[in-house]
Amino acid sequence: MHSMTNARPRLTVNGLHKQFLLHGQGGLEIDVMHDLSLTLQAGECLVLAGRSGIGKSTLLKMLYGDYRIDQGRIRLHFDDGDLDLETLPTYAWHGLRRDVIGYVSQFLRVVPRVAAVDVVMEPLLARGADEADSRQRAETLLARLNLPERLWRLPPGTFSGGEQQRVNIARGFIGEHPLLLLDEPTASLDAANRDVVIALIGEAKARGTAMLGIFHDEDVRERVADRLLPLDGNQGGLSNASQPCRESLS
Amino acid sequence: MKKPVLERPVLLDVQGITRLYGPAKGCEAIDFQLHAGEVLGIVGESGSGKSTLLRVLAGLEAPDAGQVLYRRQTDDAGAEEAELDLYAIGEARRRALLRLEWGLVHQNPRDGLRMGVSAGANIGERLMAQGQRHYGQLRATGQTWMRQVELDPGRIDDAPRTFSGGMQQRLQIARTLVTQPRLVFMDEPTGGLDVSVQARLLDMLRTLVRQLGLSVVLVTHDLAVARLLAHRLMVMRRGQVVETGLTDQILDDPQHEYTQLLVSSVLTP
Repeated sequence: MHSMTNARPRLTVNGLHKQFLLHGQGGLEIDVMHDLSLTLQAGECLVLAGRSGIGKSTLLKMLYGDYRIDQGRIRLHFDDGDLDLETLPTYAWHGLRRDVIGYVSQFLRVVPRVAAVDVVMEPLLARGADEADSRQRAETLLARLNLPERLWRLPPGTFSGGEQQRVNIARGFIGEHPLLLLDEPTASLDAANRDVVIALIGEAKARGTAMLGIFHDEDVRERVADRLLPLDGNQGGLSNASQPCRESLS
Repeated sequence: MKKPVLERPVLLDVQGITRLYGPAKGCEAIDFQLHAGEVLGIVGESGSGKSTLLRVLAGLEAPDAGQVLYRRQTDDAGAEEAELDLYAIGEARRRALLRLEWGLVHQNPRDGLRMGVSAGANIGERLMAQGQRHYGQLRATGQTWMRQVELDPGRIDDAPRTFSGGMQQRLQIARTLVTQPRLVFMDEPTGGLDVSVQARLLDMLRTLVRQLGLSVVLVTHDLAVARLLAHRLMVMRRGQVVETGLTDQILDDPQHEYTQLLVSSVLTP
């Protein structure tokens, strides 16, 4: 499968900047990121640290194509070459998200009236996987995340925050993408379900998944982080991360 | 790990399409490419020119200037030409193309259905146009497609006028997709429907797009519909494209002043 000994990173970010220009606010410019750089290895979980509003989610959204990459470089590394995301044509993102980059967002956004289990299995169906197999894997994950079976056939729109988040986590992990972005996946979970997510992250590492995550819960952070990337708020944006990252937490 | 294959062939190459009824009425100098397997959403307010553009793309209205080039895939059996210029080929060939390889879903199902003949005849019509004549097979296919769009196959002999609006729209979709078109145009496909019916139709469209590997050009003023169906968006205003990009990026990080206004004006319940 993968090898941790492979020194070549899976992801390299260089000199990333992000500024929002709000035309409706008289051309207000908001700098949220300044010269951010990082590398991420296969099988590694790098945790972004720093107060809220400092641009952690912004970074994940840029990596997922949600936010435009205005300045800087994001590069994925494969055995047979590299892929630059800042110059990737729009039509190519769809396949990239299907096969390479997974994302567990804070909020579930789905078609109303679609059953939870169908929401979870969709990433597999998108790759042409067998429906019965996909359903079984989705149910296995939902069961692991302690979502009551009576909810599986219901649309998650009316679920509690914690239940929706577990649907979201199952949907994010089921595809076993080689790069996974985690935006506070444990925020509204109880201790038992936090443990399940931590176990899922551990298994993903063992598979060689490279993960970049945001975790506000200190305990979770210590248990999943291989390294921390501290972001500070100088100049209203992220720090220059060319300084060595503080090694984690042993 | 190997690099993923992300290249997709271009299916539709649109070059400099202009169709104006008056100053800033219609669409002007539109360029884009649709890749195989893509769902492209064209969004904008009424009067932005998005419906005019769709009519030109779908072969219903000749442009004042510009070209719509349809690039057939190389594996198409008997495709004597790899590229067709939609308005340079004759009327007869254009009609054949629309009937055999493309599909169009109208906002109002009454525009796409024959209201006086049975549901089964509606679904079978395009197949018959392709030369299928076997009654039993046409009927069986009709029932299969009714199930596919969640209509009761027992109503195959009923006329569409006895169906609800949501059912009529599903029937129109079955009628359009039964010939497995490569390219489908949709004009506000959920537009005239109750919200409760919309959600089910959206889910059905998503499933069909995935299962059939459809390439779609979708016109909608509803950004929520665009978010759920489209991979990529083109934002139009006063006949021109002001911004294009990945759907999430257009809606979450809009760059153009008008797009920012449009996105920030959406009501969220």
